Amino acid sequence: MKTWRILLLSILALVSACSGNQSALDPGGAAAIHIEHLIIGVVAVCTAIWILVMIVLGWALLRDHSQESGRSGERQLTLTVTAGLGATVLIITGLTIASFYTTRSIGLPENASLTIVVKGQQWWWQVIYADPDPAFSFQTANEIHIPVGQDVRIQLESADVVHSFWVPNLAGKQDLVPGRSNSIVLRAERPGVYRGQCAEFCGMQHSHMAMMIIAEEPALYQRWLAAQRSDGVKATNPEASAGMAAFLSKPCAACHTVRGTPASGTTGPDLTHVGSRQTIAAGLFETSRGSLAAWIADPQTLKPGNNMPMVPLTSAELRDISAYMESLK
Amino acid sequence: MDEPELDRRLTAIWSTPAGVWGTLSTVDHKTIGRRYIVTAFIFLALGGMLALAMRLQLSQPEARFIGPDRYNQIFTMHGTNMMFLFAVPVMEAVAVYLVPLMVGTRNIAFPRLNAFSYWIYLAGGMLLWIAFAVDAGPDAGWFAYVPLSGPEYAAGKRADIWAQMITFTEVSALAVAVEIVVTVFKQRAPGMSLDRIPLFVWSMLVTSFLVILAMPAIMIASTALILDRLVGTHFFNPAEGGDVLLWQHLFWFFGHPEVYIIFLPAVGMVSTIVATFTRRPVFGYLAMVMALIATGVLAFGLWVHHMFVAGLPRLGESFFTASSMVIAIPAGLQIFCWLATMWAGRPVFKTPFLFVIGFVVIFVIGGLTGVMVASVPFDTQVHDTYFVVAHFHYVLVGGAVFPLLGAIYYWFPKMTGRMMSETLGRWIFSLIFTGFNLTFFPMHILGLQGMPRRIYTYQPEMPWSGVNMFISLSAVILAAGFLLFFIDVIRSAKSGSAAPANPWGASTLEWATASPPPSYNFGRLPVVGSLEPLSDNPETLPVATGLSVNRRELVVTSLVEALPQARESSPGNSIWPLWSALATTAMLIWSIFTPWAVVWGSIPVAITLVGWFWPKGVPEDDS
Ligand code: HEM
Ligand SMILES: [Cu+2]
Repeated sequence: MKTWRILLLSILALVSACSGNQSALDPGGAAAIHIEHLIIGVVAVCTAIWILVMIVLGWALLRDHSQESGRSGERQLTLTVTAGLGATVLIITGLTIASFYTTRSIGLPENASLTIVVKGQQWWWQVIYADPDPAFSFQTANEIHIPVGQDVRIQLESADVVHSFWVPNLAGKQDLVPGRSNSIVLRAERPGVYRGQCAEFCGMQHSHMAMMIIAEEPALYQRWLAAQRSDGVKATNPEASAGMAAFLSKPCAACHTVRGTPASGTTGPDLTHVGSRQTIAAGLFETSRGSLAAWIADPQTLKPGNNMPMVPLTSAELRDISAYMESLK
Repeated sequence: MDEPELDRRLTAIWSTPAGVWGTLSTVDHKTIGRRYIVTAFIFLALGGMLALAMRLQLSQPEARFIGPDRYNQIFTMHGTNMMFLFAVPVMEAVAVYLVPLMVGTRNIAFPRLNAFSYWIYLAGGMLLWIAFAVDAGPDAGWFAYVPLSGPEYAAGKRADIWAQMITFTEVSALAVAVEIVVTVFKQRAPGMSLDRIPLFVWSMLVTSFLVILAMPAIMIASTALILDRLVGTHFFNPAEGGDVLLWQHLFWFFGHPEVYIIFLPAVGMVSTIVATFTRRPVFGYLAMVMALIATGVLAFGLWVHHMFVAGLPRLGESFFTASSMVIAIPAGLQIFCWLATMWAGRPVFKTPFLFVIGFVVIFVIGGLTGVMVASVPFDTQVHDTYFVVAHFHYVLVGGAVFPLLGAIYYWFPKMTGRMMSETLGRWIFSLIFTGFNLTFFPMHILGLQGMPRRIYTYQPEMPWSGVNMFISLSAVILAAGFLLFFIDVIRSAKSGSAAPANPWGASTLEWATASPPPSYNFGRLPVVGSLEPLSDNPETLPVATGLSVNRRELVVTSLVEALPQARESSPGNSIWPLWSALATTAMLIWSIFTPWAVVWGSIPVAITLVGWFWPKGVPEDDS
């Protein structure tokens, strides 16, 4: 009795001690908390079963086999096997009920007050905050802000292939299937930045398709909303102004949108407030002038196969454009 | 007729001519079975090298050993190769060799079809590997989800090659399944009634039915994919009224039973080895047979658990949770019966039995994690992560490869007439067992820590690098174990100590003949009076007489009681199955490029079939 408990505890300790960011064992959201309880319970039960089976195996193999068990032994074996089978049925039933119970505890999309549309693209996340008033609607990429303590419905669509939306600290995953609209509920119980990542193989750069969920207090969230609804910041210094001019005259504008400028391409992420986002290229780099410049100079080496071509720029243009991008707070 | 004379006469009609011609035209199930097994193990080795390549790339964050393009080909090839070119074929291959011997007949039913199925399998495997060698290997995953594998997102011929390779293996697997079913139903030794069939044969019978029932789903799926890609249909294109999830349903309706197509034969191997090395019949014969059949039936009721995160209706998900959980019950029953057998028997710890013990240790973990992923909420966290990678390797390697290695050690003396090394066997077992667990157990943790699968790299800030490095190093131990295994096989085949007819004191019919068996399997056909014909009275196994010694003949017996019904002649060697396989291969490969290949390519196929079935007349019967 004692040994298996120690073993079990040490296994669980081993597993949870390793949990860092992006982990199902470090939940910060309602659904993930329910699931974590289920995980711990089920793992505990199963570990106990495994240890029990191993004890029986060891005993069966190593016991003194010299004294033969006759016919009566046969009947006893039948009874034992039947008992084992009965126990299996009971445990399976118990685990099934526990699973159904957890499913029911997880929020239903219909009850959410806020809906955000997330569209999977090879290999980034398009995030749409739609509002009945079009002036209030806006788009962003790879970064989803949500208010803490509120059920948020994430409506999942795909622009190309199957992707899977997964932020393990907040909830389980849900696929984005072309031609369908799925949804999942996120409810963060504490503020924080939660990393998520595409979980369904979606082609060449599936590995680099991450996103950040930023859960913040409602007041902060409202402030962020207001900022995002405004157009891109006007270029304030000469470098940024030159960068803006270069951006608009180069092919950049064909693929990207910066609201308040003529740039209205939709192939790539909306860049209106790119400078305020934590990462670029779907979680690949922290946003900084250097990383923006590096990306623009050579996107294909940094993230081979992605859908942004290299746009030939002079070093002055590159410097100016990256200044402009960084200024888009 | 005395024994030497009988041997001379039977050898004259059953043996394969020497030389290249004999090699290409043989229809002896033992030769084909051996060939099949060796080929499957070569694919295992190749697939293992791919795995090592993946582990090299993942040992460090943002490593640049292998680029994303090649990496995606590698993991696709690894999965496809292991499932379609190794695991399923190897089980069929072992059955091709063993089932006729175990049921006491002289050749498999439809021997020429058997030859054909091997050639087709070889061609399909070579197609895949040649494509990979010239950088045209498929790269959309072994389950090739649409639309990623569809016309829009998979340019070139990679996905077509994948889909066509599926066709090759389907044809081959279906052919073998039909041969096994007929052999078991109609060619059992007189007296081997249904309740005296060895458990391995039962497991292959159930497996064959699974193949016959599951393969049509993947045939429809891969054909629809080829049509979408080549002819411009829109089966899977939602913009034109098609459905992406249709692919997933069809694929998994096949894909889940496929897991049992791999696992059930292993169950049969375990039962055989347990019976021999505990010196008693497996406890609960009837329960074991029922469990096999129940698993086979249930296998078709739980494919949706592969799609729990695809957004299906909740009620449906509950049903599939329950049905996926239920399959643990027959699995548990089997484990209990083996444990009871070990408890009541007198265990002898030889290498085959060690692998069976390893199987129990590992497979129980895989089964329990299977129960975990059967739960929808649990699965939404671990689906498509390394947790699942760990789970299915515990099931596939623990549940199938361990029994298979045990089976190779066990039946090697029968097949080659030589023993494998017991000392090396212990080393090999220890290395593979340790290496396996060190490699795959930590993956459970990685999955819970959020590492998705099918990623070619990860960023240094993720807390995964230490564990990944550990896993990669452990994989080397595992690989060393397999390397040693291959060395031992080759060494033993050349210079192992000579094996007697029945080295383990086993009780099934394949041990009633010489090691290796003569071309005609049994000089006089055995007559079976119990489940354990050899342990009853090994010296005086009753025999049936009356078969011709001038032409290839078998006894056909009744379905339930195995009462002799007729003498049936068995086809002789022929080169036509090879020509037919070549013509079919040409047609299938050509059809990757144009649908017209199906029309024109069928002409040579038809011609070879005429050659194959051309009546040659029957030698005079003297009896
Ligand atoms: C020099 C002109 C361009 C600039 C300054 C620029 C800037 C950027 C930036 C900053 C990102 C990262 C956005 C984020 O992750 O939030 C990005 C990503 C992307 N851009 Fe561009 N871009 C340019 C040209 C283009 C063009 C011409 C295309 C389309 C043909 C394009 C398509 C994309 C796509 C598809 C991504 C997402 C890549 C991924 O993460 O997988 N870009 N671009
Ligand atoms: Cu992805």
